[in-house]
Amino acid sequence: MGVDLWYALVGAVIIALSVFAFISARHLMKKLLAFNMMGSGVFLIMVGLPQHQHGVDAVPQALVLTGIVVAVSATALALVILRRYVRSGGDPAP
Amino acid sequence: MTNALMPIYVLATSLIAALVIFTLPERFHKVRTTFNLSAAVLKIVLVGVMAVGIANQLDYEFRYELLPGIDFILRADALSMLFAALSSVLWLCTTLYAIGYLEDAPNRSRFFGFFSLCVASTMGISLAGNLFTFLIFFELLTLSTYPLVVHRGTEKSLTAGRTYLRYTLGGGAILLIGVALMYGLVDQTGTITDFAQTGSMAELPAEQHVLLFVLFFVLIIGLGVKAALVPLHGWLPIAMVAPAPVSALLHAVAVVKAGAFGIVRVIYDIYEIEFAWQLGVLLPLAIWASITIIWGSLMALRQHEVKKRLAYSTVSQVSYIALGACLFGPIGTIGGIVHLLHQGIMKVTLFFCAGNYAETLGIHKISELDGAGRRMPLTSIAFTLGAFGMIGVPPLAGFISKWYLGIGALDAGMGWVIGVLIASSMLNAAYFLPILYRLWFKPVQGPWPDEHILAGRFETIGLLLWPTVATAVFSVAAGLFAAHMFSPLSWASLITYREYLP
Amino acid sequence: MIPILLIIPLAFAILSLLLPRKWTRTIVIPGLILQLGAALILCLTIYTEGPQDYALGDWQAPLGISLLADGFTVTLLALTALIAALCAIYALFFLERYNREQFYFWPLFWFLLASLNGIWLAADLFNLYVGLELLGLSAVGMVALTSERPALKAALDYLYAALFGSLAYLAGVALIYGAYGTLAIPQLSEMVAGNITTQVAVALMSVGLLLKTAIFPLHFWLPPAHGGALAPVSALLSALVVKASFYILALIWLDVGALAVTVSAAQLMGALGAGAILWGSWNAFKTPQVKMLVAYSTVAQLGYLMMLFPLAIGVSEAAATMAWQGTILHLLAHAFAKAAMFLSVGTLVLAIGHGRIADLGGVSQHMPMALFAFGLSAVSLMGLPPSGGFNAKWLLLQSAIQSGQWHWFVVIAGGGLLTAAYVFRIFRVSFTETVRHEIQATHPMLQLSALLLAFIAIGLGFASEWPLRLMDLTGGGTP
Repeated sequence: MGVDLWYALVGAVIIALSVFAFISARHLMKKLLAFNMMGSGVFLIMVGLPQHQHGVDAVPQALVLTGIVVAVSATALALVILRRYVRSGGDPAP
Repeated sequence: MTNALMPIYVLATSLIAALVIFTLPERFHKVRTTFNLSAAVLKIVLVGVMAVGIANQLDYEFRYELLPGIDFILRADALSMLFAALSSVLWLCTTLYAIGYLEDAPNRSRFFGFFSLCVASTMGISLAGNLFTFLIFFELLTLSTYPLVVHRGTEKSLTAGRTYLRYTLGGGAILLIGVALMYGLVDQTGTITDFAQTGSMAELPAEQHVLLFVLFFVLIIGLGVKAALVPLHGWLPIAMVAPAPVSALLHAVAVVKAGAFGIVRVIYDIYEIEFAWQLGVLLPLAIWASITIIWGSLMALRQHEVKKRLAYSTVSQVSYIALGACLFGPIGTIGGIVHLLHQGIMKVTLFFCAGNYAETLGIHKISELDGAGRRMPLTSIAFTLGAFGMIGVPPLAGFISKWYLGIGALDAGMGWVIGVLIASSMLNAAYFLPILYRLWFKPVQGPWPDEHILAGRFETIGLLLWPTVATAVFSVAAGLFAAHMFSPLSWASLITYREYLP
Repeated sequence: MIPILLIIPLAFAILSLLLPRKWTRTIVIPGLILQLGAALILCLTIYTEGPQDYALGDWQAPLGISLLADGFTVTLLALTALIAALCAIYALFFLERYNREQFYFWPLFWFLLASLNGIWLAADLFNLYVGLELLGLSAVGMVALTSERPALKAALDYLYAALFGSLAYLAGVALIYGAYGTLAIPQLSEMVAGNITTQVAVALMSVGLLLKTAIFPLHFWLPPAHGGALAPVSALLSALVVKASFYILALIWLDVGALAVTVSAAQLMGALGAGAILWGSWNAFKTPQVKMLVAYSTVAQLGYLMMLFPLAIGVSEAAATMAWQGTILHLLAHAFAKAAMFLSVGTLVLAIGHGRIADLGGVSQHMPMALFAFGLSAVSLMGLPPSGGFNAKWLLLQSAIQSGQWHWFVVIAGGGLLTAAYVFRIFRVSFTETVRHEIQATHPMLQLSALLLAFIAIGLGFASEWPLRLMDLTGGGTP
């Protein structure tokens, strides 16, 4: 059992935990954090699983980099809207 | 090439008229009227040209592939010209009448737009060359008549509109199911459902006959909603809240006729009369139509409003067409087909008259008609002629229909139909003659309910009067000159002749 | 030729961010013309020369980004360009009253267009993910434009659903890459086997995409987002954005993972669609707000798209082809009709100042064209002839008959009546003559652009052969 497979398995556990958190959390900020966690889990699988099966591979690294950029920008957008929403009197934990 | 485009031109005259009328602002009365009337006249000319062409064995067909394996076909044959002629002539008459009827009313642009669209759909129905094309225009007709039914915008008319939609959209859905099954299970090549290709259904294997039997009635139920076969007729009396020209259009030309015309198409051009006879679908339909004839007449007896009584009379009279189509044999066929036209011109006359009484004197109830004959002689003469025609007094149009239906029934070995015809004529007399008696022989009871238009040179305004007189004259002429080459009867005989002798 | 379709919208997005504010509106029309022209030229090229692919920067897959244009994708490209153009013309006039919003609208609009084009052209699963994310972010930004609290809440719900959906999708992509070592769709469709890994991956991707497509019961975010946004935004969202994730879903089920999906799973997808039709129609029938009615109508209409799966999986080839053709036509017809409907309803709302259905009385006299556009688009949505919607329904019905799946036959045939029940609510009110509200004048272009879209939806009923013939030109990509 190589370290790569470990990455993938840990990734799966993280995903499972954060999906639970995403669904059960009521506070919108917590949901956003859960989303970021979930992203990390997916990235772990993305790097770990192919390397476990086909050896070292540059493609998933590139994919994950792109994925991180996308996740960061999504988080930024969510934060902006969330702040606006709270400032306009919205309840962050509806 | 002009032959292929002729059906398009005929369709386009009212379609383009509709679009132009929609875009014209409300205040452009003169432009709208001029345009509308010239389109109507142009259409009559085009239909006339095509009719002459058909009589001389020319083919008018336009087709292209709409979906893989399914063609959109517009084709003029003898049967379609009958319906096209009826709707184009009555379009002109009803438009003239509607211009007078709706003088100074709001939303005229919308009204005349949908009116033209409605005529375009009837044109499409008459020219449709296969079941698929027929379905397209059949549904378009539902959509274009709804705004006319609810035109007044009152609570009552909106409720009527809802009922109308429930029936017609429901019927349309059933028809769609029938047509879809017909294409999917029976006719993947599209030859049987093509109205011009004959004789192919009889070649299908015998194990499909049960399916064909069921499909026949699915189609008839879908069509029967518009043709107002009992108990699918519920929308028709309620839709009477619409303005009089709309009632005239719905009852004489467009909606009920579309249903009846569809039934004729299904029996003659899809199933083929001979095969339908073998399949045993004609007798149940004939019984159904007979029940409708008697039931409609009985209900008409019980009505106290002029328009309601006429509405139930329509329920009864339209089923003559279905009945005639079920009589296996050329004479019965002629009777049914010719009634398509005869009922149209007679019923439109009666509705025009009812509208004239309502608009001029405010009369809606039958009891208020006492002595109206002297106040409005021309209208009352027209009404009398229409009523006598409906009863079947010779030599009026209705007599010819009933005569042929009777002989046809004997030919087809369905003698009981004669009984239905006699009973129905007695009932017709029972609900029309009291009206005529009131019109001509009873004294006037005090002032009219609501007299808007005072008697001037004529009893009412010309635009209401002359279309009424014209259609009354047509209905007399159709009877008197039945032997002329372009009379409805001769044309119906031509259709039948071509139908039975392939 | 192919990358131009990405370069144009991206360039205009950047231009509208960088140029002085007064310029953002001026460059819209030239941009639209370029975009539409490029899409049409590509259509013609594909039509004459067949499917083409393109490797961006000459980097070959797997590292490079490869683009693929076949008959299906160019149809979607042309659809996008056309609808976007008409919505943009509408937005130019509509946003005159929204001074602040319109400067954010245009960059987002161009980004939206770029990501849609990217999705249609993408030839590998990861690029589809990037496209989906960009699409989701620009769509969410557009929903949040007005910065009012309900809009912000709707945007947040939408964003969270979109993010969750794309991660589920990405997890599936990770599994696929782990198993096969490539993400290129043409290669995958030859390699993918029906093993358990693939099935898990397909399930993950499907859940994510169902959420993003707002398929019942995962539709909760759509009505507030589509019903609460500004009219041109709602139109773009309902007409195009949800179709993108559906497109990917169809790609995965019918092409990439064709061997991994089972007939019973496909039936389940159909059941979701039937649920969407019932639930969406029922809610559209109940809601008092006109824009919510149209939004719930989208929920219901998306249900018909789901009929593709039971009708095309595990049946004869003839039935599958018809199901596929019917779905494409439905996608096109719904796009035009729904855009027309949102735009016309937006005009009505603008004129009476708010969106209660009960207060629409008397609008038929003041804005006949908007109402007429609504009517025409309703005809297509109800699946009544003549319209693109009818032809789509016809093909789906024929496909159901061919494969003997009578339960779907009933759903498809009956769905039109449900649609009629809710759209006629609007007609009923609009024919009343009592005017309850002051009706403000609006620019005639607003009504005209809606009317044009509605006419296209109807015209599609006469020109269905066209897109279907173009669609037949497939390369390795779509089935």
